[in-house]
Order: sequence, then C-alpha cells, then structure tokens
Amino acid sequence: MFSFKSIETYHQYLATHPDGCTIAVKYYLERIEENKHLNAYLEVFAEEALTRAAQLDSQRAAGKPIGKLHGVVISIKDVIAYKGHKVSASSRMLEGYTSLYNATAVERLLAEEAIIIGRNNCDEFAMGSTNENSAYGPTRNALDPDRVPGGSSGGSAVAVQADLCMLSLGSDTGGSVRQPADFCGIIGLKPTYGTISRYGLLAYASSFDQIGVFGKIIADLAMVLAVISGPDEYDSTALSNKQEINDLSILSSNTPPPRVAYFREAIEHPSLDPEIRYTLLQFIDTLQQDGAVVTEVPFDYLDFIVPAYYVLTTAEASSNLSRYDGVKFGHRGAAQPGDTLDAFYKKNRTEGFGKEVQRRILLGTFVLSAGHYDAYFTKAQQVRQLLVEKTTQVFQDFDALIMPTVPATAFRLGEKSDDPIALYLADIYTVFANLTGIPGISLPLFKHSNGMPFGLQVMTDRYQDPYLLQLSFNWLSRYQGVNLQG
Amino acid sequence: MEVTDALVEKMAWLARLDIPFEEKAAVQKDLERMIHFVEKLEELDTTGVQPLLHMSDVVNNLREDEVKGSVSTEQALLNAPSHTDRFFLVPKVIKK
Repeated sequence: MFSFKSIETYHQYLATHPDGCTIAVKYYLERIEENKHLNAYLEVFAEEALTRAAQLDSQRAAGKPIGKLHGVVISIKDVIAYKGHKVSASSRMLEGYTSLYNATAVERLLAEEAIIIGRNNCDEFAMGSTNENSAYGPTRNALDPDRVPGGSSGGSAVAVQADLCMLSLGSDTGGSVRQPADFCGIIGLKPTYGTISRYGLLAYASSFDQIGVFGKIIADLAMVLAVISGPDEYDSTALSNKQEINDLSILSSNTPPPRVAYFREAIEHPSLDPEIRYTLLQFIDTLQQDGAVVTEVPFDYLDFIVPAYYVLTTAEASSNLSRYDGVKFGHRGAAQPGDTLDAFYKKNRTEGFGKEVQRRILLGTFVLSAGHYDAYFTKAQQVRQLLVEKTTQVFQDFDALIMPTVPATAFRLGEKSDDPIALYLADIYTVFANLTGIPGISLPLFKHSNGMPFGLQVMTDRYQDPYLLQLSFNWLSRYQGVNLQG
Repeated sequence: MEVTDALVEKMAWLARLDIPFEEKAAVQKDLERMIHFVEKLEELDTTGVQPLLHMSDVVNNLREDEVKGSVSTEQALLNAPSHTDRFFLVPKVIKK
C-alpha cells in the first residue's frame, strides 16, 4: 500500500518502483473518491494525472534524470491559473471559464515534473475564513466534518490534511494559508510579499496577495518554494531573491539560540481562547529553558490592524474586481430588450458575485469614493506605514516573532455566518504579516482539549524566509508531538 | 458616519451592483457595521506619517521592450459569453 512521508523518501521509492508515479496517482484518486464528502476538490484531473504519471514513469525507465518535483502530486487552489483548465475562484462569476495560460507558479511546478491532480475549493475570490463562501458548497474539516477547515484556502488545506495529495498551493491575503493550516493541523507558509510571482493568481488585494504552500514536512515546503519563487518578467513585484531560496538547505545541525519576541497585547487579547493562551505561555517557558531568549514587546496597534486591513484590501478588491463585467469573460445575465449598458453590467455583476464579495466591493468603493478617500483610505495607508516601521524596529533586536495563528480552534459550520465583523476579528493575528509584507508560517504544535489542533505562528523579517524555514524545522523536530501543555 | 439610503444607492451605482429592494435594509446595516468598524482608525494619531504606497521596495523594474506574441483572436474570444468571429458583443450603446 502506497504511503507518502516526504519528497525525499518518495523519490527513493520511485528508484525501486518503475510504475511508482502511477501507483501514487491511483492512490490519491482513490483517497479523493473516498473523501468526496469533504468537498476539498472542485475538479479532479484524473485521466490527465494518470497519463502524466505514466509518462514520468517511462522517462525514468529510460534513464532520464528526474526533476526536483518529479511525480510529486500537488493540488492548486481555484484561484491559480492552469492552462487549458477551468479556474472559477469558487464563484458563479467564472463558471465555465478556461485559463489561456499557466500561472508562473504552475509553469515552474510542471517544469520540475510535478503532477497537478486537481483544483481546490475555497471562499469566493479568496474572501472568507471558513470556506463557507464558496458557490460550490463548504469544504469540511477532515478531523471533524461538523467544523470548518478555515479559509479562504480551505480546500487546499484539507487536501493535504486528509492525504488527498502530497502538497498544495493556496493564496494568503490576510491569513488564508496560515489560518486553515492551523485549523487542520498542518503546516501553512506565506512567504515574504513578492517571493512567488502573482502572475496567474486571480487578484484580490494586490499589495497583500501572496501564493503560499501547504504540507506536512518543512523540507517539502522548502523544495516547492525553491522551485516556484524568484523573479518573473510577468510580475514586476516578484523579488530577485531566487538564489537565496535555492541555497536553502535544511540542516539538523544546531543554529544559535534564537532571539524571539512576542507581543504582550496579542497574548492578553480578550478574544484569545484561554487554553491557547496558557499553552503559548507554557511554550514560551519551554523555549526559554531550552536556551532561546524570549522577550515580551509592547505593541499598541493590535486593535487597529484588522480595520486597516479591511479598508485597504476592500479598496484594492473593488478595483481588481471591476474587470468582471461579463463582456470578455465572466457571468452574463439574461438580456432584456432595451437594456442599457449599465443595466447589463449591473445584472452580470449582481448575479455573478456572492454576498460577501459584494459586501467587500461596496466597502472598498466607499473608502475610495470622493469625500471619504482621505479619512479612510489614506488613513489606513498611514497606519500601514506605522506597522512597517514597528516591524523593522522589532526585527532589529529579534530573529523571530511568535503569536497564535487564530484566537480559537476551528469554528463549527454556520457558527459565524451572520456577523461579518465577528469573522473579520478572527483574522487579528494573521493580517499583520500581510500588512507588513513579512513571511509567516503556522506550525502544527498543539492540541486543544476539544480535540482540535492549533498552531504556533512564527514570523521573521522580510526576505528571511530561509531562516524562518530553518527555525520551523528546528522547532518541529524538537517539539512536535511532545506534550507541551504540561 | 451615518449610512443613508442615498449613500448605499450611490455606492451600489459606482460599483455597478444592483441591490434588490428586499435586501436593501440588510445591506445598509452591513455597510454601516463595516464602516463603523473601520472608523476605529480615527483613534490613532497619524499626523505627519507618510502613507505607505508600495509594498515592494523595487523601483522601476523595467525590461526590454521586445515584440512578442500574445493570444490569438480565437483564444481571446474563448471565454466571451457573446461574440462574433472577431468582436465581443454587448447591448447597443449608441442610439440613433
């Protein structure tokens, strides 16, 4: 029976199994079929994946050297373009839309011989934190199907959680990779803004959006990151730090004890589940006992970060989503004789977009409108500047910043559906990294007495992604599966 | 900030969205809650702080201006809900 542990061991397995890729793909197709009720996939590219697996198997048999992600079975969030395949952002707006090109991330996965097995359910246009805002129904948490997997990349998280692929890609605008990783008990990485090209990623808020990776092993995430990151002529914000990430070598050797900061206000925040707070404080003690320098740092801006985030992201979204007018692509409503062009746009957009997307477009339109622009939009940009300055200051003295990933464990389905603000507030710990562009990761270290997992969020300064992965590797090696709650 | 009927109408118009009559009250309430929520920012003194305009510190990331192929007419029309063999079709814009 096939089982996956890491890319490295899988490649060892392939060396002795001539039809290994085919066996792996068949295994995942069966798993996906058995777990259909989780609704993690909107579409499975079954035949194509099998054909590609057979090709890879025969290439290997012919003695061709293998690519870095040879035969690695990956699923992608339904906001990432894959040429000749549908991409819908889980929205009626893009029902039937076929991508004409590959996202740069997909192009690079394929060039290293990965197998893309399907596209994952998510919140519509990546707006949401429960995966309940999908036009194709919610995804369910495999650990408890009455609970949400988190969002917006809920399907991609469950695909890894429930062993329905080896690794997956999501996107993280305000926590949409780290938060579902926390709820599902896996690793979710959002790299530094600009690390992975956004070409072919359906835009939500362009100065926040970043593709992220889900997996269970740091070395695997590091490998995928090394493959898909780097400059791109199609995205001028993609950083030229490819070399740095390529050089990444996850070592089990000792690194100097880290200097770690945490925000007092984050740990003391009233919305934080008491058991999560207690566990985190215990963990801080453990780190200190093991030689790390862990210091409490004041942070006066905690209550301003979610409002700043929602002003800026909805503004960018209202602009980005104006392209969906039903002319060149997108949903088109039934025309009435005598419809004006404006009535036509309104019908297409109102029928195509779901409720939460419309809410955010309206707020974004408001904060950008004449007479309100300075008081809301410019103000939020100033707050963002303060946050960046504060971040720079913190990382002058510290190597890493730790926080909870989410204030609570996975919500029950429907629990938070009637109050958008309550749900927005649950992003309190994750939006910080997107506002400041720093990398963040959620590490599956803890378990709540209610049976659900929760993560530790670790952040570093911008461009320190290799260090973040190294530290994550060290901590997971040392503390994963260890009872830290005393 | 009071969210009036007229404000909701105006935002819906700017965003090219229709708000059905029966949903108007709920949308108004949501928008009011959201605006109230972000007004929290007023409490922070940001006098003299430059607004942050770019996340990336890359300036003028230019490339050579080379002629390259783009998509074919056929491909460009592939996802259009209504089109001829050369054009996208929309309701009549110019009236005689």
